[in-house]
Amino acid sequence: MSDTRTKVATATTTAPESTPAAPSVPAPAATIEKVSIIVSKGSLEGIYPALIMANGARAEGIEADLFFTFFGLDAITKKRWEHIKLATVGNPGLHLPTLLGGMPGVPDLVTRVMERKMDRLDIPPIPEFIEMIADTGAGIYACQASVDLFGLERNDLVEQVQGVITVGEFYERAAGSQIIYT
Amino acid sequence: MPTATYDDTTVPVDDQGFFTDPGRWTEPMAEQIAREDGIATLTDRHWIVIRFMRAQYEVKGTGPTVRILGKTSGVGVKELYRLFPKGPAKTAARIAGIPKPRGCL
Repeated sequence: MSDTRTKVATATTTAPESTPAAPSVPAPAATIEKVSIIVSKGSLEGIYPALIMANGARAEGIEADLFFTFFGLDAITKKRWEHIKLATVGNPGLHLPTLLGGMPGVPDLVTRVMERKMDRLDIPPIPEFIEMIADTGAGIYACQASVDLFGLERNDLVEQVQGVITVGEFYERAAGSQIIYT
Repeated sequence: MPTATYDDTTVPVDDQGFFTDPGRWTEPMAEQIAREDGIATLTDRHWIVIRFMRAQYEVKGTGPTVRILGKTSGVGVKELYRLFPKGPAKTAARIAGIPKPRGCL
């Protein structure tokens, strides 16, 4: 293995002493330049991974767009984004009997427990998280078809939303990026 | 182990160019490291973040993430990305001569 730094190689980098002369222009390491993340679910566990991935991309200097579609729109809808619930039914990973998960009050209780755990790890609540992601320079977009389907207006969406766009416009924006569907 | 030379001093770095021995870093090295990361001049606002990175590393043994920087360094998230467009925590850590911060937030 060569000792030469490739990613931030500069004129001041020392050449390895005992290996034969390395090629003068090393092949650049593969990098991801942009991610376009589609959020289609309106549950806590459907939304957080997408937010963490978008925020993490920006932290690495990777461009990021979030495209909220179908129930994912709840995360950027003013009257919903503070009330996102964990799915307590049809969620085997929770290890809770389905019948129990469906009882009144259980979704709220389980959501509160999860929110407390996340708070201890300094994972922000969804509104604060979306504000932060907007501040990182990531794009936040709503799906036109879903906005129409749910009878929403631009004004029903939070101010961080930069536009309501069609699927075609999404693909235009996503040109050259890695598309991630959650 | 790879090395890099800043301010006429050769220092050990990891394969992404982060200092592996933060004790070897000196302030005059910062401008040169910053230029490698596309930052032409370090302003006072950059220095607030760089010094904060080092102070946190001294105390905690690891550099802060962007979220912690935004909440506690005195420089907000929006400005952090304006100062360090290629990732504030990552770039500032490299300029500050500390290892790359780990953390998902």
